[in-house]
Amino acid sequence: MSYRRSKRDRVLVVDDDASLAEMLSIVLEGEGLTTSIVRSGEQVMPEFASFKPDVVLLDLMLPGLDGMSVCRRIRATSAVPIIMLTAKSDTPDVVRGLEAGADDYITKPFKNTELVARIRARLRRTDQLVEPLEFGDIVLDPAGHTVTRKGESLDLTPLEFDLLACLLGNPEQVFTRETLLQKVWGYHHPGDTKLVNVHMTRLRSKIEDDADDPQVIRTVRGVGYQAIAPE
Amino acid sequence: MRNVMRLWRRSIQTRVVASTVLLSTLVIGGTGWALLSDVADGLADSRRKAAIAEARSGFEVAQAQLDAALESEPDAQAQALTQMVDSLTGVRGGRRAFELVLEGPLGGEDTPVRSSAAIAPGSLPSDLRRSVIKSPGTYWSFSGLSVLGQDDPEPAVAVGSRLRAPRTGDSYAMFYLFSMKEQQDTLDLVRQALLFGGLAMVLMVGGVAWLVSRQVLNPVRLARRIAERYASGSLEQRMHVSGEDDIARLSTSFNQMAASLQSQIRRLENLSRLQQRFVSDVSHELRTPLTTVQMASSVLFEARERFDPQTARSAELLKSELDRFEELLSNLLDLSRFDAGAARLELDAVDLAAIARAGADDPLLQREGIEVRLVGTDEPAVVEADIRRIDRIVRNLLTNAAKYSGSSVVEIEVAQDDEHVSLAVRDFGVGLTGDENIRVFDRFWRADPARTQGGTGLGLPISREDAVLHGGSLQAWGRPGEGSEFVLTLPKTVPTADEQKDGAGGPPPLVRPVFA
Repeated sequence: MSYRRSKRDRVLVVDDDASLAEMLSIVLEGEGLTTSIVRSGEQVMPEFASFKPDVVLLDLMLPGLDGMSVCRRIRATSAVPIIMLTAKSDTPDVVRGLEAGADDYITKPFKNTELVARIRARLRRTDQLVEPLEFGDIVLDPAGHTVTRKGESLDLTPLEFDLLACLLGNPEQVFTRETLLQKVWGYHHPGDTKLVNVHMTRLRSKIEDDADDPQVIRTVRGVGYQAIAPE
Repeated sequence: MRNVMRLWRRSIQTRVVASTVLLSTLVIGGTGWALLSDVADGLADSRRKAAIAEARSGFEVAQAQLDAALESEPDAQAQALTQMVDSLTGVRGGRRAFELVLEGPLGGEDTPVRSSAAIAPGSLPSDLRRSVIKSPGTYWSFSGLSVLGQDDPEPAVAVGSRLRAPRTGDSYAMFYLFSMKEQQDTLDLVRQALLFGGLAMVLMVGGVAWLVSRQVLNPVRLARRIAERYASGSLEQRMHVSGEDDIARLSTSFNQMAASLQSQIRRLENLSRLQQRFVSDVSHELRTPLTTVQMASSVLFEARERFDPQTARSAELLKSELDRFEELLSNLLDLSRFDAGAARLELDAVDLAAIARAGADDPLLQREGIEVRLVGTDEPAVVEADIRRIDRIVRNLLTNAAKYSGSSVVEIEVAQDDEHVSLAVRDFGVGLTGDENIRVFDRFWRADPARTQGGTGLGLPISREDAVLHGGSLQAWGRPGEGSEFVLTLPKTVPTADEQKDGAGGPPPLVRPVFA
């Protein structure tokens, strides 16, 4: 199967519910996005390879190979943004999904505008930076979307890049989790702060010497996070 | 004193020992007293009998001497009488067992008195004297015997009789005074023995009562401690059963009770787990089609301008009612989670002042043209809370004020002390009447069905459940026509489940209610 190459962003919709998948596709196509639908976990990787999506919409509850495993498989080969669809916001599944590498999650039922905002937030190349940013021994290059630390390249997802750019671009400024959800995830309503916590933990494990004693991004208890300016 | 009262109230053992000691004191005291008076009576009686017998023989001797007296000369007579007294008292050597008094001859103004020792006046009871002088016969009476020169009067028995000298026709009153000191000493000894014996007995009975009550109460105390542990939720403890006595049976039934409680609780837990799973399944199953329907209705809604008016209106109604349906569903699921005890907090540091400031910018308030006044929101008021639940409460209160109160001003006040933070949302609209400040928290309750635009009637009940889940409270006050206020009070640190059990009703508000 071959796809017409275009500049339209591509969304891979993974959902076993035919009607919902079709509806998602209708709405997203209406927003000027190209979609492809996959109905089971096993078909995701082949389609992922040929369709080359810019964002993956992934239902956590799938027959066969479940959403969590699909998430891990995609993450193993690609940094593509993954947004989970879940019927339950307060289950440990969400945290496990985030830890499996998902960037964001959205709880059913959701508004079309909310869904589109989240997808756009993941598609948007970060506009925080134009010039390369040097921050101690960390260098962010917005053009190539690369981060190096002590000369070594760091393997960050686009979301982690955005999160890091947001904090390092404004050193010493304290960002609340709410602000970060708005700026990085495109949330309009107070969201789930565990989203920020999970990604911050993963980001720290990549950029800090000791993630338990962070030197680059500090937690301000009861408020949020802050990049500590290098001396 | 207060400690003693407390011990009395709280310790059965103290009460048992104290009442045993008290009762045995009464019984032993009464018995001792009866015994003592019996012994005293017996001693006095035998002494009296012996005294009367001895006195009688003395009287006979004296009468015989008087009968045989020949002298008519008064001096010689007096000498004879003195001799008689001396001879009667001097019969036996050593210590005399009695004193003798001879009065007479009777009848004159000054009755001469002869006695074996210097008897103090008053030693002879006057009624005895009168009886003796009045008529012949032997009379007796108990009295005190005081000998001049000695301090204390000794108990004594006095026996008296009238003698007659046939030759002169004179009458004499003769008295024997028998000391009862020996009997008194014996009695004292007996009394002392009884006193010490009784005291020792009371102490021993008290000790026995203490031991026995301890034996009975120890298992009861153990049962109490275990029952307290059951009450605090750990049902694994069992009592040790040994033997077949009442205590063992108590332990057995206690253990059975705990086991049946445990199985009941397990059954209920199972039920609640089942219900919870059902609710979560329903949630999942309903949400997917609802999402599709909502997305579809959204697409129709966006395109309504291209429809004919009836279809366009239908699309509008479809969308607004679907929104309401979604809210109702999510509210019901929330409530069922509260009811099943499955609601969990995701705690974080939350600044209620910031929430209040953000609430003031709520687009709904701006859309309705409502002026918002902020009071006390400059200082941070940080509590440990689940931000989504708190945000939901505040948004719900603001929505209610904006939609249903008809007020053009809404006031948000934040106050705090060391342990709690209160957030009040006040409107100056229709207010609440009568018991509405309680009924607003009833499920599906609406103030005025005619005024209701949408809404689920579940917002305030859920908000109150959310507040209670934090160990806080949500209270309402209002005056008809003046306004109403809702005060959310949260502890700065969420108490543990055990602490929450004690403080039923939640913390009192820190904001003084205006409409109370």
